[in-house]
Amino acid sequence: MNMETSQAGMGNTVMCLLTDPEGTNLGSAMYIPQTAGPLQLTQLVNKFLNNEEMLPYSFYVSDEELLVPVGTYLEKNKVSVEKVLTIVYQQQAVFRIRPVNRCSQTIAGHAEAVLCVSFSPDGKQLASGSGDTTVRLWDLNTETPMFTCKGHRNWVLSIAWSPDGKHLVSGSKSGEICCWNPKKGELDGNPLTGHKKWITGISWEPVHLSSPCRRFVTSSKDGDARIWDVTLKKTLICLTGHSLAVTCVKWGGDGIIYTGSQDCTIKMWETTQGKLIRELKGHGHWVNSLALSTEYVLRTGAFDHTGRQYPPNEEMKKALERYNQTKGDSPERLVSGSDDFTMFLWEPSVSKQPKKRLTGHQQLVNHVYFSPDGKWIASASFDRSVRLWNGVTGQFVTAFRGHVGPVYQVSWSADSRLLLSGSKDSTLKIWEIRTKTLKQDLPGHADEVFAVDWSPDGEKVVSGGKDKVLKLWKG
Amino acid sequence: MPQGDYIELHQKRHGRRLDYEERKRKKEARAVHKRSKQAQNSIGIKGKMIAKKNYAEKAQMKKTLKMHEESSSRRKADEDVQEGAVPAYLLDRENTTRAKVLSNTIKQKRKEKAGKWEVPLPKVRPVAEDEMFRVIRSGKRKTKQWKRMVTKATFVGPGFTRKPPKYERFIRPSGLRFTKAHVTHPELRCTFCLEIIGIKKNPNGPMYTSLGVMTRGTIIEVNVSELGLVTPGGKVVWGKYAQVTNNPENDGCINAVLLV
Repeated sequence: MNMETSQAGMGNTVMCLLTDPEGTNLGSAMYIPQTAGPLQLTQLVNKFLNNEEMLPYSFYVSDEELLVPVGTYLEKNKVSVEKVLTIVYQQQAVFRIRPVNRCSQTIAGHAEAVLCVSFSPDGKQLASGSGDTTVRLWDLNTETPMFTCKGHRNWVLSIAWSPDGKHLVSGSKSGEICCWNPKKGELDGNPLTGHKKWITGISWEPVHLSSPCRRFVTSSKDGDARIWDVTLKKTLICLTGHSLAVTCVKWGGDGIIYTGSQDCTIKMWETTQGKLIRELKGHGHWVNSLALSTEYVLRTGAFDHTGRQYPPNEEMKKALERYNQTKGDSPERLVSGSDDFTMFLWEPSVSKQPKKRLTGHQQLVNHVYFSPDGKWIASASFDRSVRLWNGVTGQFVTAFRGHVGPVYQVSWSADSRLLLSGSKDSTLKIWEIRTKTLKQDLPGHADEVFAVDWSPDGEKVVSGGKDKVLKLWKG
Repeated sequence: MPQGDYIELHQKRHGRRLDYEERKRKKEARAVHKRSKQAQNSIGIKGKMIAKKNYAEKAQMKKTLKMHEESSSRRKADEDVQEGAVPAYLLDRENTTRAKVLSNTIKQKRKEKAGKWEVPLPKVRPVAEDEMFRVIRSGKRKTKQWKRMVTKATFVGPGFTRKPPKYERFIRPSGLRFTKAHVTHPELRCTFCLEIIGIKKNPNGPMYTSLGVMTRGTIIEVNVSELGLVTPGGKVVWGKYAQVTNNPENDGCINAVLLV
């Protein structure tokens, strides 16, 4: 009885300590009334940080999100009122993306399966590559075909926009790379040859390292990666070292190129001379996919949700600003998904040993992708599930089940609140991160969905697959 | 034609003519002209035969020449653009080609309404009643013969309970009850062991359909949720029809082919 009354007496307030995700405390421990919910905590954090405008935050207590008032949480989990409660706050994106829920247009045009789709970094243009050897550019305002770019001799396996949106580069099954002028839809010069087998991935140099964008790196089945210059139209450096096919390549924000290969290793290369810096070993089978925590911001360059255009010299500064904001103080993180059903979370600039091994999938992991703010990792696997992991610690959060066929690709919305997945069972599904449930089911494709992309301005989703049509989805 | 070898014998004993080699050489040189004159001047069937033979020889010669030429000149191998384009992450993997499972749900629904089916076994041997049932004698003096026992494979649902033995006319022995069928997908050519959901139609008559008897040619409904099929509307397909292809009472198992 005494205990109860004493608890009731103290029941109005609880001692809390607000910390940011990296561990630095915001002020000292203070008394917060138990009726305080996320809204009041947001106001508190904004005041402490002296923010000019009210920025949205989400709060986590021991890795669980706090959605109810503090008091209810305490009661549910029977946390003692006498201990100091550590609440981690994380800033959320200021803008909110509306989930897409209908197919606004089914655009036919390709004569064979659509293999890859990509929005330009400003979200105004759309390009797709297909098995009929053409790259097509589509007009997003009228949702009709704009240009058909012919020049490849075999299937177009990958396309990539430069982060300033001025160049489009595509790689094919015969190992050649074509540069296109996206405004006119014409081939820029001749196809670049050099690789002996098909191209598995293309990645551009980030804008904040060099503006205007000139260099990009491509990976191929023949085991090497090449750095090309798009204005000189030739190979600058050839990065050889892998003994089997290189399955994916990423150009990191600190100027290091990461290549993942079928020989189970990931190699890090420096870009001035093409020397191998480090080799990350650990996987037991092919490395299928790599993702960097800053990948989204590197892809979009200087463009953000406001849609402003910047003159070339300002672009580099703005891109650097956005990059630093996303990266924060912690080093860049890399996650790799493999055929051995696991993923590794690395901090490559810190150590050769992986930070964490992410297990749980029951089939090979096909695609991994960091959320745009770097807080979550999504992995798509052939075991028909999409798993969500904490982007900083690598801890498993939840598994999204719903697909009935292997999940091929995932894509994030620009505010990191929604996740899109496309699968062999011809459906796309949108998952909400806050509630960790299915938000929207997007059926309609007649056959397997090979490629999905969410536009950086969040308005549209595009998906393409074996049924040769491109579907545009709108909210 | 010489009979015997007197010509060779003379050549051995006395040798050949002194200008033999010269004459032979010149004759062979003239043979070309003779051949062409013959070919030009022959008429009728003979001419046609000669022309045909000459043409065949010419075509053959051309082929051999081209073959020789190919090996001498170097050419870049032209890669053909193949069918069945797959993205880069699927290229090194061997995927079983899945049959496209689409658009048939609407057709199926329409056919269901019409009661017509395109089935792999359109005609089956009709099964007579005395083959299907065996008479069971009952009663104190074993004179009553109104009970029948089914001698073919049957399916009873999961919630099946027998009628009181005094009143049940048709006995379905539990040894002949089956719950699973080996269903083959006709296009994928692979067989799955799937649960039976129900009997749709037995070609021998509606009575057998209601009893749940499965003979050759019966249409059954199976649970295909493990195949992972999705309709264009996004719904997951979990039941499909299949037709029984063997005589289950003889084999002890039910083999069926999926109706796609």
